[in-house]
Parts: sequence; C-alpha cells; structure tokens
Amino acid sequence: MRFLAFFFNLLEPVFALSQKWLGQSRLAWLFVGPNLLVFGLFTFLPIVINVFYATSAGVALMPADRPFSGLENFQTLFECRDYFDFQTCRKDVFWRAIGNTLQFSVIQVTLMVLFSLLTALVLNRKIIGRGFWRGVFFYPVLLSPVVVALIWKWLLKSQGVFNAALVAMDHPPIEWLTDSHWAFFWTIFVSIWAHMGFYTLILLAGLQAIPKDVYEAALMDKASPWRTLTRITLPLLMPNLIVVLVLAMIRAVQVFDEVFVLTGGGPGSATTFIVQFIYQTGFAEQIHLYGLAAAASLALAVGLIVLTLLQLKLTRAKDAGQKVR
Amino acid sequence: MLLKFLTRTRHAQRLGWTDALSYAYLVVGLFTLFAPVLWLLMSSFKTESAIGEFPPTFLPYTQRTVQVDNYPQPLPLFHVTLDDGQVKPMAQVSRIGIMATMVDPEHPQETVQVKLLQRQPVRELKFAFNNYTELFGKFAFGTYLFNSVFITVVATVLTLLFNSMAAFALSKYKFTGQKTVFLLIIATLMIPPTIVLVPIFLVINSVGLLNSLWGVILPAVATPTGVFLLRQYMLTIPDELLEAARMDHASEWRIYWRIVLPLSAPALAVLAIFSVMWRWNDFLLPLIVLSKSEFFTLQLALNSFQGELNTQWHYLLAMTVITLLPVTLVFAFLQRYITTGIASAGVK
Repeated sequence: MRFLAFFFNLLEPVFALSQKWLGQSRLAWLFVGPNLLVFGLFTFLPIVINVFYATSAGVALMPADRPFSGLENFQTLFECRDYFDFQTCRKDVFWRAIGNTLQFSVIQVTLMVLFSLLTALVLNRKIIGRGFWRGVFFYPVLLSPVVVALIWKWLLKSQGVFNAALVAMDHPPIEWLTDSHWAFFWTIFVSIWAHMGFYTLILLAGLQAIPKDVYEAALMDKASPWRTLTRITLPLLMPNLIVVLVLAMIRAVQVFDEVFVLTGGGPGSATTFIVQFIYQTGFAEQIHLYGLAAAASLALAVGLIVLTLLQLKLTRAKDAGQKVR
Repeated sequence: MLLKFLTRTRHAQRLGWTDALSYAYLVVGLFTLFAPVLWLLMSSFKTESAIGEFPPTFLPYTQRTVQVDNYPQPLPLFHVTLDDGQVKPMAQVSRIGIMATMVDPEHPQETVQVKLLQRQPVRELKFAFNNYTELFGKFAFGTYLFNSVFITVVATVLTLLFNSMAAFALSKYKFTGQKTVFLLIIATLMIPPTIVLVPIFLVINSVGLLNSLWGVILPAVATPTGVFLLRQYMLTIPDELLEAARMDHASEWRIYWRIVLPLSAPALAVLAIFSVMWRWNDFLLPLIVLSKSEFFTLQLALNSFQGELNTQWHYLLAMTVITLLPVTLVFAFLQRYITTGIASAGVK
C-alpha cells in the first residue's frame, strides 16, 4: 500500500504541472493518452499497415522493401480454374480453410446455442445448489486453450481412455485425431466443451431478468410448459439469444488455439481453419508470405464486418418489433 | 371427483419427472466437464512406465520393484504360478520372446525360466510426485513459470492503471473529442488481433520488442472491455465528491487516485480477475512474438513439448496440471465475482 502511494505521489508533479499548463479539461487527454497510444500503435496503425501488406509483394517484412503489387495477393488467393473444385485453386488450402471454417461455424454455433440454452433453462429451474452447478458448467471457460486441447489429446490419443473403452466393448480402436471425420467432430466437440459455460451464463442472466409475474399469469391461464417456453420465455430471451448467436459466430469464425494444439490442422488440412491459414502463411512456413497472410486476414475482416452488421440489423429489427408491441 | 384426482396426480408426477430429467442432465454435465480434468490430474501422477500402459487405469498404479542381491538395478516384481500350482512373488531378470528369466528374491542365486502367461505383475498404488519435482531440473520450467507470472502480473497492473485513467477522463470530464475517443476505444472491440496479426508483428518488431516479454505485455494493456467496464462504474460515483475535493485544492491526479480509484474497487477487482485470466491463457500473440525458448510462457512451452515426436507425457501432463492450477484456484475462491462480472459485462 505504501509503495502504491509512493508511486502515485511520484506522478503527482507531472500531472500538477500539466494541469497548470493545459487547464483542467484538457488534462483529460493526459489521462486517456496512454490508452490511446497503445490502441493507436497496436490496433489502428496495424489496420492501415495491413492494407499496405495486402497490396504489396515480396517476402520482406519492412514496408520500404515491399514493391506495390495491387490486387495480386487477392488474385493468388481467389484464383481457381473451376470454382466448384478446390483442387483447381492456386491456394487450395485457403479455400479448404474457408470451407472448413464455414462448416465448423454453422455446426458449432447451432449446437452451442442449443446446448447453452438447454443448460441455462435447467439451471434456471428450482434446483438444489444452483451456484454449484453454475460453477460446474462455467469452469472449462477459464482453462487456457492449450490446456483444453492437451486434456482432450490425452484422452483421444490412440492408447487413450476412449480407445480403451472401445476395446473393452470388443470394438477395434479408432484413430480419433488422425481420421479426418472424427478429427473434425472432436474440434467441434472440444470447442463447445470449453466455451459453452460462457454463453450459458449470458442466457441465464437473461432468464433471471424475466419478471416472475409473467409466468404466474401463464400458470393462471393453464398454459402448457411447452407453450410457456415458446410463447413467453424464448421471445423475452431473444435479445440475449441474439447476443449469444453473434458472439458465438464471431468467435467460431476465428477458431484457432484449441484446434491448433489438438490436431495441428490435420490430418491433411481437414481441420485447418482460416486463422491457422493466416498464421501458417505469415509465420510458420519456411517463406513468410506476409502479403498473402494480410490479404487473407482482410478477407476474414470482411466476414467479421458482415457478421457485425448482421447483429446490428437483428437488434434493430428486434427493437422495432418491441416498439410495435 | 375421480377425474380431478387423477389429473392432479398426473400433474404432480410429471413435475417430478422433469425434475429428475434436470438433475440427470446436470449430473451428465458434471461428468462430461470434470471427468476429463480429473483423468488428466490422476494421469499426471503416473510413472513413465505406467503412463504407456494400455488399457490405462484411472488411479496411478505402477508395478512394484524389488532390490535383489547381485543385481544393481531394482527388478520388476511378478506373481508367478509355478508348475505345481504354487503362487510365488518373483522378480524378472530378463525376457526373451515368450519366456522370462525370473529370480526368487529370497534365493538370489537360482534363476528360473517362466512362460509369460504364467505370471501377473504385482501392482501398487503410487503417486509419482517426481513428475512435478523433476520438471524444474529437466526443463527450464522455472523460466517458463516466471515468464508467465511476470507477464500476467505486470500486464494486469498496467491494465488497471491505464484503463482506469482513461475511464476516469471519459466519465468525469467534459472535453472536446470525448465522444470520438470513447467511440474509437469501443470500436477496437470489433478488431480482434487475429485480423491484424502481420502488422502487429511488424510494429512489435520495429519498436524492438520481438522476443521480449514486453512485446506481449504492451499490446495488451489497453483493453476496450476494461475501459468500458470501469467507465460504467465510475459514472455512478457522484460528482459532488470530486467538487468537494476541488474546493480543498486537491489536484486532479490526487482526486483520481485518492477518491475515484478506491471507490471503483469492485469494478477494478472484476477487471483484475479478467486480466489475469486473459494474460495467463494468452496464446496467439505470444506465439508470434516469442520464438526463443527462453522467453516461452507456460502455454508456449506446453505447445512446443506436445509437438515433439517422442512426447514425454508424464512430464507434459504434470506441466498441464500446474498450468491449470492457478486458474482453478482463482475460480474456486472468486467464482461468484467472475460469474456475476461476466453476466453483467457480457464479455470474456
């Protein structure tokens, strides 16, 4: 505590002097300064540089050494002889990554919303030890992606407990992580396992905000539980459901860490997603193709902007609906 | 009357049925979410030989070894069924094909040839704590641990300082450009680091922070979530308090750290918990910034060890447990703050 006071007192003269010089209201800039500097340096400046990278060629990192190349990087990414066959594309891994990401996002988000809704509904009932159960479902959210991936890698490895169970049931063991279909299944399962608690919590908060008297009225009218759910709970929960849907979508599109450690994108490129493509093109492979990676991340950015606009539109539509009601 | 009675019981029954289903769901959830972690924990106590066994056991059983005279190494112990039906504990000297040369620990001079089918390993429950203790000697584990702790602590302290300063200005001042600043900060929520990976690498490289712990700390200390969370909280602090302090000629800086900061303690605590979790679990940014192993964080070390061909799982599992331990402890004690904090801020 004393150290803290000493530290803050140390900064006192700096601010006192600036206060005299700048006046009280302009002093605000000094307070937001450090934040803005960091944001400027590590968020806004990179956006500008990213566009530059995407439109320049070569393998140099320094912008000065990179000749302007227009849309060449995008052409490389998007050029295909036959758009119905990934194999004919110049960067077939890019297309595969996009396909995988779309497939992953649709399945994962659907299941994520369904399961977190179900869990939130169960947790919202009159159950014994609700705090404990809420904690149970939330715990994996706190684990790091690397830890999550290693936990499952340990269970799923060819001599792991899953295969032991199969062998005990007289079934030949399955290569869970080197069979492309199973590997894809497990990336979805593990990411739901790890993140479901977060969305459950948002939905639970929404459920608890629904006034009790609405349900009492429904009980008076002898509404069936199913009818209560579809006509009262879900419509009133809609704002939270939209938040969950969009957040889950934005996260799913950027899936990387867990999958990278769990399967490494394999077998082949069966579980390679778009962020891993960016990472590999820009950093992991022998030749660092920064321009191509930047172009791919711009493509990802466009996808994210579309999702965000979708969110805005959905929430607006919902607001309008509420006004009518 | 009868009809009424019947419907009533049925109604009561159905209620019980859905309750049972709810609890069943919760128990299945508990199993699915915790069994993997528990399995990892128990496996991390297995010895190197036990960890390679198939089928694996839940508890860390290991084969008992005995020290026999004339033999320098401890020998694995088996229950051997002799030809006369007698069961005797014997140690294995060597093994060729389906035959093993065994020795009775009581009579170390005589060796016996025994078929593999005739023997059963003697197993005992043994927790191999040396998986944990050896980490510090065998790998630069202390360095990884230090790097992780350093990044987490320093980044969290700076996050609290910078974000609370910005939040103070945004909530307690009226200045030109205030709205723009606020919007800019909120806009960064929409720009995840994944889409500016290459240029962030360039910036960090240009300011000379590549392969430096500060290269991971600095980009992370300004968080839109933190500013937003603190600003919302500081808005609830009455301006009269600040005015009173100004009457007493307190400087703005003093007002900030003597009045506003202590009053924002609950929000600061929530942000501190978030920040610790974010930084401790961070992966992608360290992955591109820290490429030399002496700067690895625990997450990077785990990732690089699991990628090696002959993964030494007994060490890897112990390392994983140590990595998940702090977060688990934080959660055990601060569960309520975390869950309510996330529910109210809607952020992770």
